[in-house]
Amino acid sequence: MDAVLGLVLLFPLLGALTNGLLGHRRGWSKKTTAAVALLGSGLAMVAAWVAIGHWLIHFGRHHAWYVKLFSWIPTLWGQTTSGQLAPFTVDFALRLDGLSAVMVFFVTLVGFLIHVYSVGYMDGEGARGYARYFAYLNLFMFAMLTLVLGANLVVMFVGWEGVGLCSYLLIGYYFTEGWCASAGKKAFIVNRVGDFGFLLGIFLAYKVFGTVDFAEIGRLVEGNPSGYEGYLNAVGLLLFVGAVGKSAQLPLYVWLPDAMAGPTPVSALIHAATMVTAGVYMVARANVVYRYAPEAMVVVAVVGGLTAVFAASIGLAQNDLKKVLAYSTVSQLGYMFLAAGAGAFGAAMFHVFTHAFFKACLFLGAGSVIHALGGEQDVRRMGGLRGKLPTTYWTFVVATLALAGIPVFSGFFSKDEILGRVFAAGVGDLHGYGRVYLGLWVLGVVGAFLTAFYMFRAVHMVFSGQYRGEAERLHHVHEAPATMAWPLRILGVGSVVVGFVGMGKAVTFGADVNWFEHFLHDTAPVVATAHLSLGLEWVLILLSVGVAGLGIFLATRFYTGPHAFQTPQHLTQRFPRLYALLANKYYVDEVYEKTIVKPLERTSYFSWKGLDTVAIDGTLNALAFFTEIAGDFLRFLQTGNVRNYVLWILAGAAAFVVLLAV
Amino acid sequence: MIPVSWYLVVSVLLLACGLVGLAVRRNFITVLMSVELILNAANLNFVAFARQLGDVAGQVFPVFVITIAAAEAAIGLGIIVQLTRLKSTVALDAVQEMRG
Amino acid sequence: MQFLVTHFAQAVFMLLALFCLGGAVGVVLFRQPVHAALSLLASFLGVAGLFVLAQGEFLAAVQVLVYAGGVMVLFLFVIMFVNVRTVGKEVQYLRPLVPAAVVGALLFSALALTALWALSRRPLQDPSPLAMVEGAMVGNTEAVGWVLYRDYLLPFEVVSVLLLVAMVGAIVLGRKPKEGERP
Repeated sequence: MDAVLGLVLLFPLLGALTNGLLGHRRGWSKKTTAAVALLGSGLAMVAAWVAIGHWLIHFGRHHAWYVKLFSWIPTLWGQTTSGQLAPFTVDFALRLDGLSAVMVFFVTLVGFLIHVYSVGYMDGEGARGYARYFAYLNLFMFAMLTLVLGANLVVMFVGWEGVGLCSYLLIGYYFTEGWCASAGKKAFIVNRVGDFGFLLGIFLAYKVFGTVDFAEIGRLVEGNPSGYEGYLNAVGLLLFVGAVGKSAQLPLYVWLPDAMAGPTPVSALIHAATMVTAGVYMVARANVVYRYAPEAMVVVAVVGGLTAVFAASIGLAQNDLKKVLAYSTVSQLGYMFLAAGAGAFGAAMFHVFTHAFFKACLFLGAGSVIHALGGEQDVRRMGGLRGKLPTTYWTFVVATLALAGIPVFSGFFSKDEILGRVFAAGVGDLHGYGRVYLGLWVLGVVGAFLTAFYMFRAVHMVFSGQYRGEAERLHHVHEAPATMAWPLRILGVGSVVVGFVGMGKAVTFGADVNWFEHFLHDTAPVVATAHLSLGLEWVLILLSVGVAGLGIFLATRFYTGPHAFQTPQHLTQRFPRLYALLANKYYVDEVYEKTIVKPLERTSYFSWKGLDTVAIDGTLNALAFFTEIAGDFLRFLQTGNVRNYVLWILAGAAAFVVLLAV
Repeated sequence: MIPVSWYLVVSVLLLACGLVGLAVRRNFITVLMSVELILNAANLNFVAFARQLGDVAGQVFPVFVITIAAAEAAIGLGIIVQLTRLKSTVALDAVQEMRG
Repeated sequence: MQFLVTHFAQAVFMLLALFCLGGAVGVVLFRQPVHAALSLLASFLGVAGLFVLAQGEFLAAVQVLVYAGGVMVLFLFVIMFVNVRTVGKEVQYLRPLVPAAVVGALLFSALALTALWALSRRPLQDPSPLAMVEGAMVGNTEAVGWVLYRDYLLPFEVVSVLLLVAMVGAIVLGRKPKEGERP
């Protein structure tokens, strides 16, 4: 049965190879491409579910299913910080436990749905571009599943880099457009910064623990928590640098909004549902390190909380529909890190889980709108599409409600869990940083308000009121074809129901039905903090629902009805600086441009023109020149007459003899 | 008992003959023969000192030298065959193709 | 007569040395390559005899087999192959002989003086009996074999590879050029 886990990786890889290697052939039609790609991802989904079933039946959720596919790096000997020799062995091993099962479940499901959606969405592409797209998409599935299933840091890193590569390839899918290619490069290069930290984290983890296997590290740390004290913070922070890059947190979030240059299903799959949550998954995977590293945890929480509000505030003033969703993704990822930083790893994973459904649904809905309008992305030139795109409208609204955290919808349960845990960490004075956590809780509530506001602003600008774009586009508006509509419906339903697997205690009046948290208890536990009374929890719930409702109310007031857009315009006129600050994303890109990119460019230019062309090439050319001159003189000795050479040899021998004699 | 210096004198004479042959002959084939003389001189030295020092290793190296000599003769004569095909001469002065 | 009996080895040495050096001089002086080659053969045989005198029986056999047999045949074959007539008409084949003889004599005297001077500075001990392997007397061939295959195995293998390369090279050089191919 061990092979089933390998099959989960093998199917998408085969799909990617088939489409990638054969897709450029003339006889390879779009139907063949689609069939291969759907088989690759669909069979992976089936294999994943079979594997999860097998694991639950034969191992149970308390035990991990460890499969060693092959021995990858044979034993090398190295020295750990404690001075003892430790073997460094890396097996290409997979590990299915509660944590990876959750990820595998929704990655394969959402991945498959988005493959189906892409069949319709990418229909306008040529056959070769179509094959390229699906080859990349399948390759992404392979890399993502490797990342999720990897049993040690090194295998995880392989997947980590693999998804980064696929992200780069798919962002730059329309590479003939200069700005798409640059967006791809930006994503790749910014991620390099994070990956550098991740690599250093892996090295340090080996140096400290003498192993990179998650289970081994867990055993070592649990067995002797005080023995690794200083190192745990360092390892945790270095790994978190990697997570910051991949999951687009402050200050490395800048690549994600630009990543919207790729096709919309890609944004849904990679830059919303799966890849960007890899950082959260990694932190949850390494939670044993963080649990004993209070400072690292606080840093995680602070970065997450700041990002949540920061990105949400930028989202207020964006007019590109996909950019709004991108900033919302950054903001939601911030919430996940906030939860992880507060010790609620299970809650973080729960938000990853629900977010995957409603955010994928939102992106696919946005894709449907953009598809219907022939490529229009500016919400100012939309409006009144509700009647024309009913399926898209309803699924979009459902997903938006989930994102806003309105009760019954999935996002409510996860976001509420996060805010509750953070508040509890503040009250319980977790690791002595109680005030920090309370401050972060306030940020979280503010973020919830902003989220509800900007999401409903987008909904109203797209679907309510009058159409404001070119009339010609309106004639062509059509509801999504079935391949696009069904994934939307399924994800819309998912956005509603998946929250019920993790209902918090307060919601159910004390009944313990938080199945999700129990499921993850062994692999991503929740650090015990203060126990909140039921009443207090309800106050918190009402407060967060209240601010979300306020956000929705204000957005509806501002952007619908006869006086739509008047209040926002007044506000922009009264606070022009604030508006410019938000609309220009706090000028972060400009600051990076000035402080990092430009100096780097100048250094590179100097290295090219100054160092390479003048110094290095000059030295080499001078050497070559002198060699040539020397050769021009020495060639007179090269007479081509063998007897002449013999005489030289004799002269040399004679000189040697003279040397011996004297 | 023959003193080792006798061998050395014979060896040096052989070497001198080889060197002179190398320098004065224009015929490629005889030049090769002179090289063989020089190698023989070296072998003689090895053997003489092996006897003197009582170390059989001195008799092992001539084996290598003879092998090298055989290889060298085979290659050299192969070159001569090609040379006569190309220029119908074996005079070394006639070959200046490698002039720089 | 008595002198010859007591100094028999020295007498044989002298004879062989004469044989050897005469052959060597012949190589330099004979105009015809065939004569030079036969003279070289004499020199080789003389050296083989000197080997025997120095208790190098195995080497002497190798010398006769490889040099006097193999290499010599090769020389003669090539001389025949490249047509003796054209080869023989070597104009002024010895022109720089006099300066060369002077150089050779100088070289010889310098080398000989160096060798003798070095020997006089550090007189050698009495020659010890050869062919002792692990305390037991064995034949010369066995002794050489022991040293060759035990202490010098790697050089031996390297040399064998070199020989193989030379063989391949000789075949490539010797083959007839194909149609339209420059040799």
